[in-house]
Amino acid sequence: MQRFDEIDKASLKDDIPAFRAGDTVNVHVKVVEGTRSRVQVFKGVVIRRHGGGVGETFTVRKVSFGVGVERTFPIHTPIIDKIEVVTRGDVRRAKLYYLRDLRGKAAKIKEKRETPVAR
Amino acid sequence: MTNTATKTTKGVLGEKLGMTQVWDADNRLIPVTVIKAGPCVVTQVRGAEADGYAAVQIAYGAIDPRKVTKPMTGHFEKAGVTPRRHLVELRTADAADYSLGQEITVEAFESGTTVDVTGTTKGKGFAGVMKRHGFKGVSSSHGSHKNHRKPGSIGGCSTPGRVFKGMRMAGRMGGERQTTQNLTIHAVDADKGLLLVKGAVPGPRGAVVLVRTAAKGAQS
Repeated sequence: MQRFDEIDKASLKDDIPAFRAGDTVNVHVKVVEGTRSRVQVFKGVVIRRHGGGVGETFTVRKVSFGVGVERTFPIHTPIIDKIEVVTRGDVRRAKLYYLRDLRGKAAKIKEKRETPVAR
Repeated sequence: MTNTATKTTKGVLGEKLGMTQVWDADNRLIPVTVIKAGPCVVTQVRGAEADGYAAVQIAYGAIDPRKVTKPMTGHFEKAGVTPRRHLVELRTADAADYSLGQEITVEAFESGTTVDVTGTTKGKGFAGVMKRHGFKGVSSSHGSHKNHRKPGSIGGCSTPGRVFKGMRMAGRMGGERQTTQNLTIHAVDADKGLLLVKGAVPGPRGAVVLVRTAAKGAQS
């Protein structure tokens, strides 16, 4: 608790869905080209969430034309229009750096079964 | 050369609260230091006739009046204010425009102006030459033995037969007065008395810092 939380509060966004490493997300990013701005979607797997408070960031990884692309966003940045969670992943790590060494089917993340089978 | 006789300086004492980040209008991320500045009071105005130079003395911070010495109590009484903990003098050409007991708040500054921030740096204790002076040290391999962070040679042999004065060596580091120049004021929160200064300022959280108009650059 710091004595200038009000300053951070102005930057914090409250419309962020709950997501964690392993989830597949659509990140709607505002792109400014000259004078006009449009929204671009960056879709991929969240491989980490890092930090806390106003400085929290998350990294999304996707494979584009056979090349791995990672983008790190501050979670509260105003350039993010919205974040959509596409699927929940079933992973056992908080940081999925091992995905960088895997490709193809091995890099696939199991989807989390929302309702476990009751016995 | 800065001519203190013609330059007007504004200043305010405050407390460094810490650092955070904000986004500006163009969605760029700005690292800022939050300073709770003021309110300060004017305790003395120096003029050319009485003192030979123009300056204004400002005071800041609460203090138990019993802890203030009798001479200082008299000094504060003369200005008609309650005693304060910290005093600082600012050379400024427009000192005559200030009056005793006048209050100075963050509103003296506006966003976008450049300031110098003075504070006492964090003490690092007894530090070696690599940390204290940025020496490169000695190779970490290639036969180096127990030598890695040493300074190497500190001079010649029988000529000059001594170590030159001012040779940079290990010793106490930090805990000294330092000024960071030309920082931009990102925002001023007059209600809460907060200044958001872009970049880092000297000292730990809770330290007293002096924010004043930048000494360098064109007078705005």
